[in-house]
Amino acid sequence: MSQPEGKGSGALEVKFVPDEEVLKHITDDTGIKVRKDKTQLTVSVKRFVKKLENISDDEAQEILEEKNYVAALGICAQDPVGNGSSISGGEVYSFQTPKRSSKMAELASELAQTPGQSVAPDHSECPEKTAETPQSNSNFLWAEIAWKCNLILLFAWQRAVLRRYMFLLLMHVFSLLLQSKNKEFVSTTPYRLRKRLAAPDPYLESESEYSASCSEEEDEEDQKEVSTVLSGRKTPAKTNAASTPLPRNTLAKKVKEDKMSNLVEEYFEAHSSSKVLTSDRTLQKLRKRRLNQQTLHDLLKKAPLAYAAEIKELNQQHESLFSKWMLQLHLGFNIVLYGLGSKHDLLEKFRTSVLKDSVHLVVNGYFPSITVRSILNSITEEVLNHIGTFRSPLDQLEFIIKRFKEDSSLQLYVLIHNLDSQMLRGERSQRILAQLSSLPSIYLIASIDHINAPLMWDQAKLSLYNWLWYETTTFSPYVEETSYENSFLVQQSGSLALSSLTHVLRSLTLNARGIFRLLAQYQLENKDNPSYPGLSFQDFYQQCREAFLVNSDLTLRAQLTEFRDHKLIRTKRGADGVEYLLIPVDDSTLTDFLEKEDEDV
Amino acid sequence: QQIQEDLNKQLFDNLVSFLRQSHSEFQEKTTEWTCRMKSREIPTAALVLGVNVTDHDLTFRSLSEVIQNNITPYIALLEAKDCPGIKNLMQKLMGQLMNCYIDVDSLEDEDYVQVSENRIRCSMTSLINWYENVTKKTGSETPSKKRTSSSRHWQSPPVVVIFKDMESFTTKVLQDFIVISSQHIRELPLVLIFGIATSPMIIHNLLPHSVSSLLCIELFQSLSCKEHLSTIIDKLLLTTQFPFKLGEKVLQVLINIFLYHDFSVQNFIKGFQLCIVEHFYSQPLSVLCCQLVDAKKRVNYLSHDQCENIRRLPSFRRYVEGQVSEKQIALLTADSCLKEVTLKLLEDLHVYHENYVSVLRCLHVFTSSLPKYPLGKQIRELHCACLENQVWETEEYESSLQLARMLNKSDLVTMLQQCVEIFVSSSGKEFDKTVEKLKDFLTQFQKLEAEAFQERDVSVSSQKELQKKTDLYHLQKTLLELKESRRSKKLTKFEMLRFEVVDYIDSLVRNYLVPADHKTLHEIVYFNTASVLREHLNAAPRIALHTALNNPYCYLKNQALKSDGGSISNKAPDICIVYKLHLECGRLINLVDWLEAFSTVVMAAEGPNADAASSDQVDDIIHARFIRAVSELELLGFIKPSKQKTDHVARLTWGGC
Repeated sequence: MSQPEGKGSGALEVKFVPDEEVLKHITDDTGIKVRKDKTQLTVSVKRFVKKLENISDDEAQEILEEKNYVAALGICAQDPVGNGSSISGGEVYSFQTPKRSSKMAELASELAQTPGQSVAPDHSECPEKTAETPQSNSNFLWAEIAWKCNLILLFAWQRAVLRRYMFLLLMHVFSLLLQSKNKEFVSTTPYRLRKRLAAPDPYLESESEYSASCSEEEDEEDQKEVSTVLSGRKTPAKTNAASTPLPRNTLAKKVKEDKMSNLVEEYFEAHSSSKVLTSDRTLQKLRKRRLNQQTLHDLLKKAPLAYAAEIKELNQQHESLFSKWMLQLHLGFNIVLYGLGSKHDLLEKFRTSVLKDSVHLVVNGYFPSITVRSILNSITEEVLNHIGTFRSPLDQLEFIIKRFKEDSSLQLYVLIHNLDSQMLRGERSQRILAQLSSLPSIYLIASIDHINAPLMWDQAKLSLYNWLWYETTTFSPYVEETSYENSFLVQQSGSLALSSLTHVLRSLTLNARGIFRLLAQYQLENKDNPSYPGLSFQDFYQQCREAFLVNSDLTLRAQLTEFRDHKLIRTKRGADGVEYLLIPVDDSTLTDFLEKEDEDV
Repeated sequence: QQIQEDLNKQLFDNLVSFLRQSHSEFQEKTTEWTCRMKSREIPTAALVLGVNVTDHDLTFRSLSEVIQNNITPYIALLEAKDCPGIKNLMQKLMGQLMNCYIDVDSLEDEDYVQVSENRIRCSMTSLINWYENVTKKTGSETPSKKRTSSSRHWQSPPVVVIFKDMESFTTKVLQDFIVISSQHIRELPLVLIFGIATSPMIIHNLLPHSVSSLLCIELFQSLSCKEHLSTIIDKLLLTTQFPFKLGEKVLQVLINIFLYHDFSVQNFIKGFQLCIVEHFYSQPLSVLCCQLVDAKKRVNYLSHDQCENIRRLPSFRRYVEGQVSEKQIALLTADSCLKEVTLKLLEDLHVYHENYVSVLRCLHVFTSSLPKYPLGKQIRELHCACLENQVWETEEYESSLQLARMLNKSDLVTMLQQCVEIFVSSSGKEFDKTVEKLKDFLTQFQKLEAEAFQERDVSVSSQKELQKKTDLYHLQKTLLELKESRRSKKLTKFEMLRFEVVDYIDSLVRNYLVPADHKTLHEIVYFNTASVLREHLNAAPRIALHTALNNPYCYLKNQALKSDGGSISNKAPDICIVYKLHLECGRLINLVDWLEAFSTVVMAAEGPNADAASSDQVDDIIHARFIRAVSELELLGFIKPSKQKTDHVARLTWGGC
């Protein structure tokens, strides 16, 4: 009875053809029957709608309650800076929009075209484009669910007796979906959701010949509302789902489930196992050479720091808290700083201004080779003047705890930059640090940067740490912290490798040097070949013999063992079982090395 | 600051004493039931403590103290983190037992030798030897000593081993330990105590049947953390002992953190401490937040600035505006006058608190037993409601009054009796009348009861009279009449009295449960900035990061950064732009595309002055800036290098964050 409206566009029909056809078939079959007990049906449908409303009311209530909870936690969120607490969770943890390969460039040009002004990213503007997004399996999954729902509904139509149960089943499907997504959108959607739920579907109106309850006045208004709902939709799949001819009683539901499907689908789209479409360009094709650490540093020094004045102001705000921190540290709390920007300078300033006269220990957590043991060692050796070793960090910790408990005059301030660094974030090290910080005469002040840093701590550790959180967003660049990070964009300077190369080789015989030279030259010749496997042992032996460097492959092997022990070469077996030799040093270093060798000779 | 520290100490004392109370019962049970154990099984107590792991430490400490004082000196507290293997466990156990033995009578030098010997060879046999030695020694000690020790402990006190966190022990270690010790149970009376956070089923999950059959387990349930909380609220907030009070919002935040996040009483106390610190740190007038006697002294020593501070308090201003003009001038100009008034107001505040608490308890008695609990089951909910606004204006109060008007008599009487007790025990001076009044109500109820008895007699007699008549119609009629009259008469009396009682309670509430914000000088004792508390206790580092990256204007107050609707301008700091661009990518990001997009944005921002002449130089700088921004993002955990494709990085977040 509900024929497809003109609204279903071509693309939409393509996707849901089976649904529609089946629907048509069945409606045709049942058409007579439907018409016969038309009145009865409308009555029951009306009841349905009512029931639906009840249920949705309940859900809305639930959501409201959760909202209350959020609000309760967000009491007094309107502090003057409005720093984040007023942001709803949905804004933070929203789904990403369906991606197109050119999107980034697009956004960039948008940003570039309107300097100083804000650009509203208009995803909804280009529905054609989104229509072409590759359908992921999630789409398929969704379609399946929608299809099942349709089937269920048709069943329900035919068998008025079973209607209630079917509806319950349907509800179950929805609630499952809802549950899975509830967390993500609970704080953003309630209002919109309710609005959508409240909006009766257009099909109900268009079929008002059946239902006497619908009045004409409402019609326009509802139409408007629905159209807003429709335009708010992003991907055609959903429009599709909503505009497929559906029995009126589910449509309100459909509209809601749309919202969910949006989220579900976007999630799967973002995480689809299908290959990610990115361009194949690589940095090597750019004519620019890679920068090394030193030049990078120099260049950055030249570049002016943006918004220096504002950053300074921010820092001054934070510095005004120093005395408060001291008080709170002395009262048994420990302080953790979070927020964007390097907190190194801030802590340094705290140290120089407040802790000048007291015993303190600075731990650079970002240092790639720092360990808990080294922290404990520096406490026992430098602070407690204890000479001797410990069997395990736990013993050492016990010793420290004992000493600090015995001598109440001992006081120690521990400053840890980047408590969440690679080396310190392990469970064991965090536990030891937590126990250390729980000592009443050790005052810990630390900074964290990683977004997931708070996940390091469980309840027990949190209570040991006894944190007070301070937001110190400084926006200052992480100079120290990232200088140790072996960034993939920065060229490894290789100076260390070079010097070690020359040192080792200088201690070797002339023949050995020659052997290495051969290998290096061969490697350099092949540097443009990306799939260069290395020099096979047999070839190498041949070459060495020709150059009168070795007389048997045993001598060559002995020589190679020596190289391998000094980590000058690496051997690996190819697919055919042949041994290949490689020098694990990048090409530029190797070139430098050869040049130097030439000079020497 | 001294006051604060005093307060903190008192606070912990309270908690510890409370815990001790709650655990004395366990200890009694333990003693009883260890006597019964004689077989090869190891008596074991499984202590279900609930999920608030952080509080367990205190519980165990007080428990071991109690046991030490009453049952046995030999206690070992074991934690999972100290015992990765059975060897470590034994070592730890020995060490603790020996040490505590030394603590008991530290005079003997031989023990030290013993300890060092045992260090080398930690085994069950050495433990047994040690135990025999110790018990023998205490047996053959000087008689005076023996008497004292035997009076406190038995002849062969059991060795109690407490496993603090049973869930985190490795099963192997536990099993081994239990099997070994079960073989020596005859020589060494061992008692195990397991601390369990989840459910008692965990024992059977951890231990196979063959091992758990060696144990004789008895289950103990510790009090729920909610009860701890209500006791603490009772003792800290609803007394006049502590001058410091929490405002409504603050209390709400603390309770919310407790209920929704951790169930940890310790964290609640931490929050409370933080409130105290914040209050004394930020409120200059908090010097007056102390016991009334001290406050009187301190008011006299107030400096001029402090007086000005008082004048600046909004609640005091309201008070001044309510006065006549001469008084206003005096208050605003003369410090001495101000001091006098302040003193009086402080006293008022103190009296208000005294009254408040007892009336609150009284109201709680009434409302806590109503169906559906319109004003909440716990007294803390009622307290919050009263602090929030005038409680009698709320709907909940209306409905609860209505429900109270429908109470039956026995309940009403018991409630009234409870109220009388509360008022009698409270120190307020104004409650004499109230008590009288309530007692009056009670006697009236008793009278009613007596009357009811009489009436029943009457009715019975009248029924007898009725039997004489045989007319069915008349009989029916008189019966109906009788019924009606009886109901209306008797119930009206009771009902009237009931109304009276409820109205009286209502008037009490209206008089005494005025929200604290309406009181003058409430700022001195109430801490009300919940946002500070939330920031420091329940921080949201991810949101802060997100805001900084998405909307730098929040932090950097520069007009160029001002934007609306989730987008940022191209003048934003580099990291913001890079972040924004990376949001548009899928799982993998091509660095070249990224760099190009970045340079497009930055070049546009630099505008026309970045000409082709210096483009190479600029390019390098932009490149460097890009590298820095990307490595910063890597540090923040948004991306990581990927090996899947050359020059690509993988995104680690999939949302907008």
